[in-house]
Amino acid sequence: MASLIAGGIDCDVHPAVPHLTSLLPYLNDYWRDQVTTRGMVDLVSQSYPQNSPITARPDWRPETGKPGESLETMQRHVLDPFQLSYAICNPLYGVQMVFSEDMQAAFCRALNDWLAKEWLDRDARLRGSIVIPTQSVEKAVAEIERCAQDKRFVQVLMLVMGDTPLGKRALWPIYEAAERLELAVGIHAGSAYHNPPTAVGWGSYHIEDYVGQAQAFQTQLTSLIVEGVFAKYARLKMVMLESGVSWIAPYLWRLHKFWRGVRMETPWVDRAPLEIVRSNIRFSLQPFDAPPEPETLIRLFEHMQSDELVLFSTDYPHWQFDGQDALPEGLSPDLVRKIMIDNPHATYPRLT
Amino acid sequence: MNIQFRESQEAASPLTVRTAIADCDIHPARATRTELYPYLAKRWQHHLEVYGVHAYQGMMEGPPYPKAQPNASRRDAYPPEGGPQGSSLSFMQKQLLDPNNVQLGVLNPLNTGQGIRNHELSAALCSAINDWQIDKWTSKDKRLKASIVVGNEDGLSAAAEIRERAGDKNFVQVLLLSRNVEPLGQRRYWPIYQAAEEAGLPVGVHAFGFGGNPITPSGWPSYYIEEMVGHSQCQQSALASIVLEGVFERFPKLKMVMIEAGFGWAPSLCWRLDKAWQRLRSEVPHVKRPPSEYIREQVWWTTQPMEDPERREDLFDLIKWIGWDKLLFATDYPHWDYDEPSRVLPAGVSEANREAFYLGNAKKLYGIS
Repeated sequence: MASLIAGGIDCDVHPAVPHLTSLLPYLNDYWRDQVTTRGMVDLVSQSYPQNSPITARPDWRPETGKPGESLETMQRHVLDPFQLSYAICNPLYGVQMVFSEDMQAAFCRALNDWLAKEWLDRDARLRGSIVIPTQSVEKAVAEIERCAQDKRFVQVLMLVMGDTPLGKRALWPIYEAAERLELAVGIHAGSAYHNPPTAVGWGSYHIEDYVGQAQAFQTQLTSLIVEGVFAKYARLKMVMLESGVSWIAPYLWRLHKFWRGVRMETPWVDRAPLEIVRSNIRFSLQPFDAPPEPETLIRLFEHMQSDELVLFSTDYPHWQFDGQDALPEGLSPDLVRKIMIDNPHATYPRLT
Repeated sequence: MNIQFRESQEAASPLTVRTAIADCDIHPARATRTELYPYLAKRWQHHLEVYGVHAYQGMMEGPPYPKAQPNASRRDAYPPEGGPQGSSLSFMQKQLLDPNNVQLGVLNPLNTGQGIRNHELSAALCSAINDWQIDKWTSKDKRLKASIVVGNEDGLSAAAEIRERAGDKNFVQVLLLSRNVEPLGQRRYWPIYQAAEEAGLPVGVHAFGFGGNPITPSGWPSYYIEEMVGHSQCQQSALASIVLEGVFERFPKLKMVMIEAGFGWAPSLCWRLDKAWQRLRSEVPHVKRPPSEYIREQVWWTTQPMEDPERREDLFDLIKWIGWDKLLFATDYPHWDYDEPSRVLPAGVSEANREAFYLGNAKKLYGIS
């Protein structure tokens, strides 16, 4: 494996909310009452069943509780051994799954306050992502503006499978706020399950949902590019988190070919999709979904025609690699430095 | 037929004798709205006149994402005698089959009985389309071979249609579309695979179709280009479902062809499937081998619309990872994104690989001597 360097930035770690009741102190009286009176249960998403092998590495799995729920364990497993300067916390608690925009907004607000108090306050290396109630754009923007006052929040976080394609114009105020406040927008694997988790319907298995994340990222990139998000918000950076990377180049060749064929339909797309991706889109390293042979990996990075697209991530505590082998074999020292340090800094202006 | 053959010889310049090719994706069209009526019972003719076709989408006619060209087809492909593009055999011979020296042309009719909510009507229309393919096309030009179109949502009646046509040399494959009510690995579709395996016919899965599901897992997008590009994501999810439900394990002699959805995504999907399977195989114990092995052995890919990277070595990487023995050349005639045979493969391909790509793989798969 390629050698890690000290001072790296881990762009995708997942602190876990122990239980819905952990958010009670961060809810107002009305919502606290709603949770208890209605007997609401823990919001665990089907995207990550707690005991699934993907959800936690065997040696990162605690004897009790959820993987990723303890700061001390996260420090021991990743922050210290990987000698990280920063780690960006992306909570995957299932607040997006509920259908009431009021409830979603209350849970998001509680989750963000919980993250600041129970994680960011307790380790100076940690940075946060703002989880937003996407069903109400107005409430989402208000939550971004509220949290952005805390400079430790470096990103807005959305799921790759939500209610609508992410390029839809109704969502643009979210992107306007993110660009204005120097926040990247992170799109993370996972579904609100408000639509079937594949474009051909509901599959039978967890493994299908997980494999299907890559197709979801592909359709979202198409939407973001052809709706013109980056023509309007040229400085906005979006980060595809836990997306996989081996599909990027062939996907873009195809989008590029069709864009050349039917660009009259979306005349505001004034640059080639490949160029837009190079300037505005980034991808987290793990899960690195390519075979282990270095010669294939070198060709894959060649196909991307850029060394700026990939950002270091461990995807802690998800099981994507063993030991310290977060970097696949075959990466040059220059590329390792770009992936671990330079590219994240160029993506997250608030990381200082 | 003889007259047409002579005409086509005149049309081809003696200086441009081309190497024979197979075209594994040709779309024949009806010249008139009622061209299928001779093959339909009175009841269904009446039904179509009164109620039309009730599909898994809202429009009575035409697609909800308007195409970029009429019928998504080449503007130079209208037959001189009238009718839509692809509706005239003589013009298809003159424009496609003769000048390109097509030795084998596989017909994939679209707008058939597939994707229709009334499953009885679906079966009747599919059967009619199959008769029509023989009468209008394959019996009149021996280079053309038909696909058995089946009512996709009712596995049992689909299997019956396949069994009825099995052994008829006019047909070389069973045709499904990628977008159905459920992912294609689901049990409701297994009778189709069983019948196809028994008949020794590959199952072609062509991009498109309507199954009622949004074409992204995040809802309906805005533009035609999103639908066009989205077909490759649908195809990936359909293939993942087929592998993970154990269809290839259960039907080991089944062969499948991924038609008009690209192939560039195949290596990445295989790597991703294998990596996830290593972690999660206890959930799918019926998938006994790494998913990529089933795909390598039982799946073929048509080429159009050809992957088109800036640098040819990138394309060669992709094909090497998939296998030169697994690609089937296709033009998609008469659609607008037609691939011109002489321009698809860059220089630098060995003669053996070139022959396999353009003709050999298709003849072997479809059993054409």
